[in-house]
Amino acid sequence: MAATSRNRSFRIAVASGKGGTGKTTVSINLAAMFGEPVQLADCDVEEPNVNLFLRCEQLVTEQVSMLVPEVDPGRCTGCGACGELCQFRGIVSLGSRALVFPELCHGCGGCAQVCPNAAITERPHQIGTVSVGQAGSIRLVEGRLDVGVSLVPPVIRAVREQLRDDMPAILDAPPGTSCPVVATLRECDYLLLVTDPTPFGLHDLKLAVALARELSLPCGVVVNRAGEDLVGLYQYCQTENLPVLLSLPDDRQIAEVSSRGNVIAHALPEYGLMFAELAAKLKQELKTAGGRP
Amino acid sequence: MKKIAFTTSGNNLEAEMDPRFGRAASFLLYDMSQQSFTILENQQARNAAQGAGIQAAETIVRAGVDTLVTGHCGPKAFKVLEAAGVAVFNSTAATVADALEALQAGSLTAAAASDVEGHW
Repeated sequence: MAATSRNRSFRIAVASGKGGTGKTTVSINLAAMFGEPVQLADCDVEEPNVNLFLRCEQLVTEQVSMLVPEVDPGRCTGCGACGELCQFRGIVSLGSRALVFPELCHGCGGCAQVCPNAAITERPHQIGTVSVGQAGSIRLVEGRLDVGVSLVPPVIRAVREQLRDDMPAILDAPPGTSCPVVATLRECDYLLLVTDPTPFGLHDLKLAVALARELSLPCGVVVNRAGEDLVGLYQYCQTENLPVLLSLPDDRQIAEVSSRGNVIAHALPEYGLMFAELAAKLKQELKTAGGRP
Repeated sequence: MKKIAFTTSGNNLEAEMDPRFGRAASFLLYDMSQQSFTILENQQARNAAQGAGIQAAETIVRAGVDTLVTGHCGPKAFKVLEAAGVAVFNSTAATVADALEALQAGSLTAAAASDVEGHW
């Protein structure tokens, strides 16, 4: 179990490395069959899609903002100290009044600190939104990055801050293994890795396992579109001591239900049972983590 | 118009113009009074994940350039160049020499704004 203060319910992140393996499908169906009220966090803030399936009746939306510099032209002497400090070209000063580029700013506030003339103050700049809604027993928390913004982690942090401590949470991570995924995995107790038996699926699973190791997170695997294993996926999982908690077959019905925006666990009861079983196994894993790469 | 920067993929007057500004390979800096040139590489901006145009603008401003001739210049770079008093000319000339000739003949007009969106 991850070393976090245990005054709150557990959090399970669903990630993959490779895109399109079925993270969102697994997250939603796991939440639907969780057997108790659960939170579902859509951390894929660049293209949130969980609510396409949940269709919450009402979403309460809040702005997510970051502090960016604002230059007082009356005080700025164009000394260039701010621009020299900024590594991201969020503020540039070339012998003239400092110019601010909010879309490049990372919000560190350093420029305001080094300005010798107190010409820089900070103002909030909206970068996205966080919405909260309810669909049956699922409490949805959805992050959404504004168009044209590239700073993903602050929006994911805002999603995490909206999660309640008294209810378990499933966090649907973005694909990959870079900063947005790390931002999602912080403070999680377990990592569920969704993969498919393809060369890309296995390759990126290995990257995700390396990430889990770095963060000391116990993890288990869901194999989606399982069929003939031509790449040695199961062998790899065995060697790495990763429990395969669910194998979803490559079934056309699943694609059909999903393409209509419906939840597989509800539309296809035999799969509902499989996800209920996955939920039970995960709760067991959280008690005695089997897979620690 | 004392020192002119041309974006180029080569290292002499006969070299091809590079249509990009922010991620241009190099700048050919032409000194009007000496009628000579030097080459300034654009390594730092080319390797930047973001803000290449701003970085490139800083590079040429620090090199003392007052005029830029390039294919296209995006909005952020233009903002920095404008604030620093650098005149921007867009040119479709094939070589630096052709672009210089067009500039000297007065057939290029100074751009009043960036001519492309960011990340074009």
